[in-house]
Amino acid sequence: MTGFSWDWQFALQILPQLLQGLQFTLEATFFGSLLAFVLGLVWAVIRLAEVPIFSQAIRLVVEFLRGTPLLLQLYFLFYVFPNYGITIPALQTGIIGLGLYYSAYASEVYRAGIEGVPRGQWEASLVLGLPLRRMWGRVVVPQAMRFATPVLGNFVISMFKESAILSTITVLEVIGQANIIGAATARYIEPFTLAGLIFLAISYPASRVIRLVEARLSG
Amino acid sequence: MPLGDAATLKDYLPLLLQGIPITLELTFSSIILVVISGFVLGLGRSSKVRGIRWPSAFVVEFFRGSSAIVQLFWAFYVLPFFGIELPPYVAGVLVLGLNGGAYFSEVVRASFASVPKGQTEAAAALDLSAWFRLTRVVLPQALPLMVPAFGNALIDMLKFTALLSLITINELAYRADAIRSVLTEGGEVYGLTLLIYFVLSLIFSFGVQRLEYLANRWAGRGELTRRGPGRKGKSGVPRWAFPSRS
Amino acid sequence: MGDSEVAELAANPPSTVDTVLTMHDVTIAYGERVVVDSLNLAVKPAEKVAIIGPSGSGKTTVLRLAIGLERPSAGSILIDGRYMWHIERAGVLVPAGERQARRARRPVGMVFQQFNLFPHMTARQNLTEPLIHVLSLGKEEANHRATDLLSRVGLATHLDHRPAQMSGGQQQRVAIARSLALRPKLMLFDEVTSALDPELVGEVLQVIRELAHTTSMAMILVTHEISFAADIADRVIVLDHGKIVEEGPPSIVLREPRSPRTQQFLRAILER
Repeated sequence: MTGFSWDWQFALQILPQLLQGLQFTLEATFFGSLLAFVLGLVWAVIRLAEVPIFSQAIRLVVEFLRGTPLLLQLYFLFYVFPNYGITIPALQTGIIGLGLYYSAYASEVYRAGIEGVPRGQWEASLVLGLPLRRMWGRVVVPQAMRFATPVLGNFVISMFKESAILSTITVLEVIGQANIIGAATARYIEPFTLAGLIFLAISYPASRVIRLVEARLSG
Repeated sequence: MPLGDAATLKDYLPLLLQGIPITLELTFSSIILVVISGFVLGLGRSSKVRGIRWPSAFVVEFFRGSSAIVQLFWAFYVLPFFGIELPPYVAGVLVLGLNGGAYFSEVVRASFASVPKGQTEAAAALDLSAWFRLTRVVLPQALPLMVPAFGNALIDMLKFTALLSLITINELAYRADAIRSVLTEGGEVYGLTLLIYFVLSLIFSFGVQRLEYLANRWAGRGELTRRGPGRKGKSGVPRWAFPSRS
Repeated sequence: MGDSEVAELAANPPSTVDTVLTMHDVTIAYGERVVVDSLNLAVKPAEKVAIIGPSGSGKTTVLRLAIGLERPSAGSILIDGRYMWHIERAGVLVPAGERQARRARRPVGMVFQQFNLFPHMTARQNLTEPLIHVLSLGKEEANHRATDLLSRVGLATHLDHRPAQMSGGQQQRVAIARSLALRPKLMLFDEVTSALDPELVGEVLQVIRELAHTTSMAMILVTHEISFAADIADRVIVLDHGKIVEEGPPSIVLREPRSPRTQQFLRAILER
């Protein structure tokens, strides 16, 4: 291994390739978040409805998703699907994996948000005779989202950072590209440092924005 | 089952299970570093001295800026170029511990901040030493708030040790991967391994609940330890919020 | 409710002639604790009833039972002649669920101690919400009525303000207007001034007084404002430990109460 040296020319050379990987990162984050937010709401509502057996089963699923490593969940999906004749490309498998994992977290956020809505709001809706869908849609959920939105925003940022894990199932996102470059050129400093900087450059401003939004919503 | 392959998952089971103590060792090593660095960084960020506050904030934002896996790769592949050759075990625990510590530091900061100022002022008025103030007055009150986050951090460490398989550490996930490639089967071994992690995390959860109880007791919050029926509370979803059949 | 109780109900239905609310032997208990004990109450149309008593006596629970926020452990409740928690099937009364309660509670409105306005909606929207989605009014008519009602409680200038931009007294007046929007036959007021700063109490009481004198709504007020109760109530009920210990016109109940508990209670209040 050569000693510490930074080759600016090389760094600029590989940047486009890394940014190509960024495309996949962003795609995975976007669709993964979508899946997580929708699925999370489904889990939350089922749990809140306290349907006998079904709600408990969902609780178990959520605890399982939250309590086991994402890496293994991805491996499982990646290797199990083809076995049963389902071929899903790596990126989509990754999206499903990320979406499932974060849906468990999202469901807890929705639950906390909904349970945090003061009892009086529910009671006022009942007393006025509001139809259930108005009570939920126009009274409860908007108030729950005041709490949930910044937290969910942070999840998107987390997912963005975590998407690097997709490199382990052959997705060529940022870290995946960095790995390839490193293995091919035996130069690891530039690709991995640049990759780290790319993550920092996006996630730090994003988290400041979330903090601003949070301050606005609670003010 | 591929032809000509006499070995099955059952044969490799002991090998897999032997990964558990290694995983646990890594988890506990990491969590110790999480707590230490969490306190150091958390208290550092609360400091009124800019020379302490800014570097602490920088370290925290640095580790929070990317994910554990990126930092692991960086520590494993890049640090040697800087002349720092860390054995994988050390690199792994260091990264997980500092990464987790950066997140935990926020909780430490918030918990200490939430202890009413009156407490420190009263203690100072009673002429109690600064160390006594910190450890016997403020800390017990801040601690119960940190326990849930600690519990989450502990389970996170358990999960993140699986990432250490990517830097050649022979823990549970590494073995599962190895077994899969030997047996060339589908993901069944991963399913079993997931169950093992699940059981471990459930055990940790129960342990943390017990810890929460003890921490509340130590802080003198007896009421919070009683497991009574829910208060006729201000929140919680009422039964009639869902369509009923009758 | 046991089968025998249901059968008994069918055989001897409580008199519902001309009452807007009838509670018949209503009991509600949480585990060991009996909050309301075999209560019998009948409120006639346009009648104004005040319920007073020490805290924990079950006053608020009585109101919550009247509007179906709580379900009695025993007994029956009728609103305008319709059972709230029972359905008649082949001449027998059968316990019913939330859907029946929903139908029954239509003529009843309630104003809460904590206002319970929708914080993310303006005063106007707080009113148009039930007007449009419960009364099925069109947007224009709903707006018209909302403006009308808010003017009636003196808040025409606050139509497009959010609750956070209003004082407690103003918020409570919006809450009253919101309940009025559905033109209830019975209005329940649950200590509606207890959460207000003293100087804001008057404006709310004034609105209630005006309602008492100008509408034909029946009203039940749970309140600590004894003199106000004396002023507008036709009947005063004193509740203690879930039972009625005194009942009658204000002049008698408040000046010459018969029950020692009432005397004790009034003395404690007046001594403040």
